[in-house]
Parts: sequence; structure tokens; C-alpha cells
Amino acid sequence: MNFLTEVSWSPYVVGIAIGVLSWLSFLILKKPLSCSTSFASTSGMVERLFRGNKVELKPYYQKIGLKIDWQWMLVLGIVFGSLLSALLSGDFVFNWVPPLWQSYFGDNPLLRLIVATIGGIFMGFGARWADGCTSGHGISGTLQLAVSSWISAIFFFIGGIMAALLIFRVFG
Amino acid sequence: MSRKKITVKKNNLSQLTWGLAFGVVFGFLLQKGGVTKYDVILGQLLLTDFTVLKIILTAVVTGMLGIYLMKSFGWVELQPKSGSVGMNVIGGLIFGIGFAVLGYCPGTIAGAIGNGFLDALVGGVIGIWIGAGLFAALYPKLHKGILGKGDYGDITLPRLLKVNDWVVVIPAAVLIILVLFWIENTGL
Repeated sequence: MNFLTEVSWSPYVVGIAIGVLSWLSFLILKKPLSCSTSFASTSGMVERLFRGNKVELKPYYQKIGLKIDWQWMLVLGIVFGSLLSALLSGDFVFNWVPPLWQSYFGDNPLLRLIVATIGGIFMGFGARWADGCTSGHGISGTLQLAVSSWISAIFFFIGGIMAALLIFRVFG
Repeated sequence: MSRKKITVKKNNLSQLTWGLAFGVVFGFLLQKGGVTKYDVILGQLLLTDFTVLKIILTAVVTGMLGIYLMKSFGWVELQPKSGSVGMNVIGGLIFGIGFAVLGYCPGTIAGAIGNGFLDALVGGVIGIWIGAGLFAALYPKLHKGILGKGDYGDITLPRLLKVNDWVVVIPAAVLIILVLFWIENTGL
């Protein structure tokens, strides 16, 4: 079982395994793997804590439903699975500022947190706008050959590459 | 409580348990693949490290061949998402900007948290919640306007081209594998 303690696996092995996981997800859960809707339902549930049940009446929350469902558990599972993998290989580190960011913009955690929050706002907004993320569109949708998912995935990378080049090659 | 209600509850519970189990395996794989790390995601977007694309394309080829085979046996039903130009092009670009600025995506950010990255937990997750909440607030307006522009529904490439599934699946698989060989050969 040495492979479980390795820090990294070949991307092709990981890709094939995720592909097989998607077969099982279709067979057992009757659903494609996806992640981002559960962030929207959590956002609604947090808002409901403060503003009460009227939050549920918003059309978007009527559409997706404010509850802990299989996808919410999937995202929770990802945290534990990644933790397990990182602990087994000794790759777990507490880190406020990623190394690449640090080498361009310094080690100020506050700056990184502000930028990460802004990035998160774009991501949360864009994932709902496109109705999917890197897993729902990028893997599960493209493997079904869905037109909506191929277009989304291509524009995820167009937007991402342009923004990354702007941040690191122009500002950096 | 009626028997029907109990069955529904049991099914829900098993859905939740399976969801958690799939998540643990998914998270384990994402961490082993290195994509729980900001540096690997940004390496892809800066075109210096092609790990992300290698994982996605390999997963897509594997997944596609299996899902379409199981579909031909009648074991699974496809669930393609509906979309439109307004949704997928503009939403895709907004998401892409977030992808580069945050350096994680909704799936890998959960993995990043498990890996110990605190900018994912404190900054990123809260940002995603705010972004999703903003969208929910604007949804009625957007739904009536831009989200419906250039609608193409939940169509798939084989249905769009009006051909047998395998006429698209086989060439798509060959093309993706060629792209992977090309990436590997250029040493990226």
C-alpha cells in the first residue's frame, strides 16, 4: 500500500480514477459529479439564519432548494479525502499565502485574503451564472458531450488564462 | 409515519452517505493529483504546468467511453445541463476570472481546505458564498434577460449533429488522446 503514502500520483492515473468515479456516480447516485450548487445552497442557509425563512422564497433558492443533499455531502467528503491523502503522505501544511503568490506579491496574509475573497465572489457569481463549475461542466458535462458544458469549460479557461496573465505578467 | 415516507427517508440517507463516500475518494484523488494547490492551478492558467488539463482530459475520455457504453446498455441516462450563449459564455468568463484570482475552484477549494490552505477556507469560501448570494438576489432580473439569450437547451453534440453517439464519441476520444500525447511530448 505504499502508493497511498506517495505525495503525488501521475495525472493520468488520477484522471482515469476520476473517470471511473464518474461511472459509479451515474450508476449509484444517478447523478453526475458536481460541486458548486452546494455553495449556493449553503449561502442561502447562512442567510436564512440571519433573515429567517423568507429567504427561501427567493426564486433562485426555490429552484435549487435550501437543504443538505448528496452534493453538499460530496463537498464535505472532498475536505476529508484530501486531508487523509495529505496526512498519509506528509503533504499537509497550514499555509496562509501560497508560495507562487508569495514570490510575486509578498507574504502579507491580509492582502492574499482580500484577493482570495474577491476571486471567490467572481467564482461564486460566475458558477451560478454559467450553472456549473470545473467539475459539473468541466468534467461531468463535457464527458456527456453537452454543448453547454463544452462552451462553459472553454470560456472558464479563456477567462482564467487572461486573468492569470494579467495578474502575474502585467502586475506581477 | 407511513411506509412510503420511511422509504423516502432511507433513500435520502443512502444518497447522503454515498455522496460523502464519493467525496472522500474524489478529494483523495484531487490531493494526489496536486490540484488542491494554488500553485498548480495558477501554473495551468499561466500555461507553465499542464497538470490540471491532463487530469481533466483523462477523466473526460475515461468517463465518456464508460458513460456512453453504459448508456447503450440502458444502464444510465445522460443528464446534460441546459445552457445558452448568455449563460455559458459570460458566466464562463466571470468564473474564469474568479478561477485565476482565487486559484481554486468549488471542488478543489474543499480539497485545499483539507490540505491546510487557509486562504481557501477564510477568503475563498466566504467569497464564493457572497458571489452565490449576489447571484440569487439578481436571478429574477438575469433570468428574464441575458441568461435566455442564444438558448440551446440541454443538447449534446451527437444530437446537435444528428448522428449516432459513437460517431462523435470515438473521434472525440482519439482527438483528446492525441492532445494529451502532444502535451506530454512538448514536455509541459
